[in-house]
Amino acid sequence: MSPEIPHITAPEDEGLTIGTSPGDGRREGIIKARLVGVVLPILVFAIAIGLWELIVRVNGIEPFILPAPSLVISTLIKDWGTLSLSLLVTLRTMAIALLLATLGGVGIAVIFAQSRLIERSLYPFAVILQVTPIVAIAPLLLVYLDSGTAILVCAFIVAFFPILSNTTLGLASTDPNLRDLFKLYGAGRWRELVLLRAPSALPYFLGGVRIAGGLALIGAVVAEIAAGSAGHGSGLAYRIVESGYRLNIPRMFAALLLISLTGIFIYAILALVSHLLLRRWHESALDR
Amino acid sequence: MSASALPSTRSAARKPDAVSRAAGEAVQKGAPLVTLLDVSKEFPNGVTALARLELCVRAGDFLSLLGPSGCGKSTALRLIAGLEPTTAGRIEWATGDAKLRPRIGFVFQEPTLMPWASVEMNVFLPLRLAGWSLRDARPRIEEALSLVGLPDFRKAMPRELSGGMKMRVSIARALVTRPSLLLMDEPFAALDEITRFKLNDDLMRLKQEMGCTVVFVTHSIYESAYLSTRIAVMAARPGRIIAEIDIDAALPREEHFRRESAYLQACANAADALHGAMDARDHL
Ligand SMILES: Nc1ncnc2c1ncn2[C@@H]1O[C@H](COP(=O)(O)OP(=O)(O)OP(=O)(O)O)[C@@H](O)[C@H]1O
Ligand SMILES: [Mg+2]
Repeated sequence: MSPEIPHITAPEDEGLTIGTSPGDGRREGIIKARLVGVVLPILVFAIAIGLWELIVRVNGIEPFILPAPSLVISTLIKDWGTLSLSLLVTLRTMAIALLLATLGGVGIAVIFAQSRLIERSLYPFAVILQVTPIVAIAPLLLVYLDSGTAILVCAFIVAFFPILSNTTLGLASTDPNLRDLFKLYGAGRWRELVLLRAPSALPYFLGGVRIAGGLALIGAVVAEIAAGSAGHGSGLAYRIVESGYRLNIPRMFAALLLISLTGIFIYAILALVSHLLLRRWHESALDR
Repeated sequence: MSASALPSTRSAARKPDAVSRAAGEAVQKGAPLVTLLDVSKEFPNGVTALARLELCVRAGDFLSLLGPSGCGKSTALRLIAGLEPTTAGRIEWATGDAKLRPRIGFVFQEPTLMPWASVEMNVFLPLRLAGWSLRDARPRIEEALSLVGLPDFRKAMPRELSGGMKMRVSIARALVTRPSLLLMDEPFAALDEITRFKLNDDLMRLKQEMGCTVVFVTHSIYESAYLSTRIAVMAARPGRIIAEIDIDAALPREEHFRRESAYLQACANAADALHGAMDARDHL
């Protein structure tokens, strides 16, 4: 006597089909292709370094003109005490700048999302900061601020804009139908922001942070070079300037190497975070 | 999930001839639920989407808005839902106040799911916005998902579903508040005919089971004649209603209804009205 419950069902999709695993031959092929994809770049890189070493040795080039890779590495180990302190300084500047840029960029993007008028009135300032080369701003900041703060501000300025502009774009790019749905069910601004706009903006925001990570490093390096002063808080870029004055080219290369590695490290971390946050739903992070 | 596992309140507590409302009272079947009086809609870009529309939706109706693309069907539905203000005219609710209007479920032309949320969280949304906790809402969510035949897909993500399944999740989301007015904007237009027929039958039975009123937008003459108790035929430029066709046959209907005279007559009348409107324009 129980009432018949209507079911809306389509005949063809009763269940998710789980993809059949590829045959052994195909799987082997895939693994081989992956291996080549990893091994080949490493091989090419190693060859390039080897060539560099060879050219320096065969031609007997002086270290103060072009040091061999082996010398760069040994200098890195020898001077690790000084260089590691500088590395920490640069890393710290970057991290603080990136954090402040994230907080500031997201905060202001949320304010922009509340009103078009506010966005229009404030956006020009952000654009002016962005288009004016940081090299040109740095000396000015050094006049007003002590060098540590000025360097931090420079890194912040360059990292801020991509986060702001990407998050603003993301918050504005919600599906209009979903927005209507929230309206229909009487959701307030706050709930719409948290439940709808924030998740829609997440991929854009993460893209912005990824760009900002690299830019924060550039900003810090540029400002350190402009500051050019010694002291307890001297970063990697200062070490480069200093080594240049002393014609200690191997050390210059070692510091440069550390800066590159820092950039790669930051990028990799941010890419990983982004992948972990988006992998369940966003096209950019789905396995292909 | 078996029928007995469903909460019994839904079908048992309601008198067969009444439709529940948010305010708790009932509008008698056949009485006006919402009336559009002389409603016009002009968009800021100057397009007149609707001109002097008169339409009465009665409690218990399965009303189809039928018309060619661009004639203002979606606009009319959005006006009823209150998603867009009218430029002129009034929309009157049986309660006398738009704030006390009945609970509305809306199904968009596209599934419109949140891609970052599981099926369960998508269906939960209307209740969440009404202040429910997930724990309280769970039975309702399960009920809605089994009504649309997807009880096992709570944890799935939207991207793992086919187009038809996404549409059914979207319908479950509209049903989860147990609305007394269901507004559907060409929900099956993107589906193949076989699936569409199946979903049509299910929708009719669902409507009877829930005792709700449906306004259903479509551009298919056959779909509207099969499903509706009344068809409002619309024409474009400006959007208006050119004919209302009553279909006197009880819901739910079955496949053989497609061979009955009531169905064939409704199809013929709707086609005549549409052709009439087009000829009139050609002779201008
Ligand atoms: N937001 C808008 N701004 C300006 N014009 C609009 C807007 N929405 C709709 N229109 C116009 O209003 C008219 C009616 O649009 P509507 O979407 O209601 O048509 P429809 O009958 O639902 O068509 P379809 O069957 O293709 O979905 C169209 O001419 C369209 O160009
Ligand atoms: Mg439409």
